[in-house]
Amino acid sequence: MSDTAIDPRYAAKPPKRPLRLSWSDERFRGIVWQVLVLAVVATIFWWLWSNTVHNLEVRRIASGWGFLSREAGLPIAESLIPYDPTNTYLRALAVGLTNTLKVAIIGIILATLLGTLLGVLRLSPNWLVSKLVGGYVEVVRDLPLLLQLLFWYAMLQGLPGPRQAINPATGVFLSNRGLKLPWFEWLPAHSWALLVCVIGIVATLIWRRAALARQMADGQPRKVWPVALLLCVGAPLVVWATQGAPFTPDIPFLRGFNFQGGLTVSPEFFALLTGLTLYTAGFICEIVRAGIQAVHQGQWEAAGALGLPRGQVMRLVVLPQALRVIIPPMTSQFLNLTKNSSLAVAIGYQDIVSIANTTLNQTGQAIEGIAAIMVVYLSISLSISLFMNWYNARIALVER
Amino acid sequence: MSVTTHTPSPALPPPSRLMAGGPLGWVKANLLNGVFNSMITLLLAYLLVRYTISFVDWAFLNAIWQVPNDRFGRADTSSCRDIKGIGACWAVITEKHRFILFGTYPYEEHWRPAIVCVLFIALYIVSAMRRFWRKELVLVWAVTLTAIGLLMWGGVFGLSYVPQERWGGLPITLILATFGLAFAFPLAIMVALGRRSRLPAIKALCVVYVELIRGVPLISLLFMASVMFPLFLPEGLNIDKLLRAQVAIILFAGAYLAEVVRAGLQSLPKGQYEAAEALGLSYWQKTGFIILPQALRLVIPPLVNTFIGFFKDTSLVLIIGIFDLLTAAKTAIIEPQWQGFAVEVYVTVGLIYFIFCFAMSKYSAGLEAELNKHRKR
Repeated sequence: MSDTAIDPRYAAKPPKRPLRLSWSDERFRGIVWQVLVLAVVATIFWWLWSNTVHNLEVRRIASGWGFLSREAGLPIAESLIPYDPTNTYLRALAVGLTNTLKVAIIGIILATLLGTLLGVLRLSPNWLVSKLVGGYVEVVRDLPLLLQLLFWYAMLQGLPGPRQAINPATGVFLSNRGLKLPWFEWLPAHSWALLVCVIGIVATLIWRRAALARQMADGQPRKVWPVALLLCVGAPLVVWATQGAPFTPDIPFLRGFNFQGGLTVSPEFFALLTGLTLYTAGFICEIVRAGIQAVHQGQWEAAGALGLPRGQVMRLVVLPQALRVIIPPMTSQFLNLTKNSSLAVAIGYQDIVSIANTTLNQTGQAIEGIAAIMVVYLSISLSISLFMNWYNARIALVER
Repeated sequence: MSVTTHTPSPALPPPSRLMAGGPLGWVKANLLNGVFNSMITLLLAYLLVRYTISFVDWAFLNAIWQVPNDRFGRADTSSCRDIKGIGACWAVITEKHRFILFGTYPYEEHWRPAIVCVLFIALYIVSAMRRFWRKELVLVWAVTLTAIGLLMWGGVFGLSYVPQERWGGLPITLILATFGLAFAFPLAIMVALGRRSRLPAIKALCVVYVELIRGVPLISLLFMASVMFPLFLPEGLNIDKLLRAQVAIILFAGAYLAEVVRAGLQSLPKGQYEAAEALGLSYWQKTGFIILPQALRLVIPPLVNTFIGFFKDTSLVLIIGIFDLLTAAKTAIIEPQWQGFAVEVYVTVGLIYFIFCFAMSKYSAGLEAELNKHRKR
């Protein structure tokens, strides 16, 4: 197709007409309209800006980011980085950001797993399973997320106190103080083992690529799982053992009116994570279902005719094609989950919105506080879309 | 050349997979095919029956519907506290349902917000019927919304004046959702057209607006409405909180609806645009008579889905303290004697939201099937 010569009559662009200063000239009209619209928008913004400057003067609010280095004095219940109320506002906001990222990342992973599972179950040949999942999706999607969060939070608060805590397994306590899980004392040896495990995962991926390339060359399938086991589990264990295999279990126990030790999941975080996961999983379920159904029936039949078992048909033939339909709407669900995590402020989980809101109430720096929230979410949204666009381009159909 | 005659054999009815072999056959095919599947079915059926029974126990058999007043005239909820976890305390709903539905609106005037809710629902039903999809519908909307404003505010026709601060409950939710969409929709169409425009400045403006709004959560816009809008306006000019939140919701909904409308504009075949231009129509004639009627028709189902999203999202005004249905529900259980009965209240309010959203979602699904009828083989 490409070597067809272009007809020389069409090769040259039509001559550009000179711009006429007349209403009947389309280009002239376009310029006039654009100038008008821009002028109106600029006037509105200038008006709002001048009002704001005037109001700030009247209220004696100094604008600027100087407040960030002042002492925050606001207590934060849970944080991933060291923090106490004598730290600066900047650090408090950083704690809020890490809390937002924590709930968003864990939520995205759990919602994807649960949503995909539900999406596959929705297509189950078992009528009862399919209808139950359908009912779940309908209920979850037709109730406001905020209501669901308040509901889960109320449920958690309605649980018995620490003394009568629900104790489904040794060291696991569910009470109105949240969820307590057994953990162990984290030592440098564990960090090393974790590092080796991450390196092992990367190495396994590289090995898998090489194995696939060789299979393409000689047609012999090679097993990946022994290498994966060796690199991801064996090597970290060896590293851990050479450091003396330290392991001190830290099991929560009841002392007085509260628990000591163990890993704590606060009721706020637990309610937020549960609500976000269950809500988003409902949407992801429908996306996965639609994606699988979008794969033509003939693909199932052809793969079956080649003798592939049902699991392999799903994994090797149907899912790669369904992913192309699934990824774009899935991206917007991830973005929604991240933005919805801002509802944390309603149940008292201290995410970036909650902390920025407290900050602007304490300092009166309304514009800066809201700008901080917006910048954080815009950058998170942008990074998720960039990553998902890259992934989408990678799995896109390669047309010859 | 030989002529072959061919007599077609009579067409057989298609095999019915659903009811082959009667109800028992259906159960065998869909519930009990194979050992593994049968086990799952039985397990699920057992759990379903068990939880249904305990739910019925909690919600109906063991529930308390009314509580007596103590000697201070306050509700005595000790009987409810005794059965906590075993039975529901629907007495909180019996006691507080007027407050949850209508907030702090004067008690003897509650018939006014009640009529407003009925008017809203009637407006939705009329707008949903395809035979009313005519230009006159805009007039119906204008008249109904004016009547709603008159009823809520009062001050004329012998109705007493009720300031906006006292409105609350379901009418606020419906007002935020309906007015929000009524204003966001035209805005969305303009922005969607602007984003497809050939004029670079207008296009850039629309792209920035849509991407900026879609990149941030609604809460940040609502905070902006509650703390930043007062700074934007000249001194002395005060817009009440509800209107500010309404503006934020309109701006938010506008960006999302614009993307839906844009999808419709993009999916129209190019020939439609070219044919309209070939007829010598101006830009607005082309858009109004040829493009929009077709493009909007294509995106009605996703539009309704977006409407459902906004109906749910109006509940976020709780965070800036506007008295909508959810805020009223949360406030109803602040009194000490009613604390701890949140689950009952949330279930009730959830039911109201669910009815609205479920109706819209079923309507959207039905409409999609109807509009796609010509594509089915």
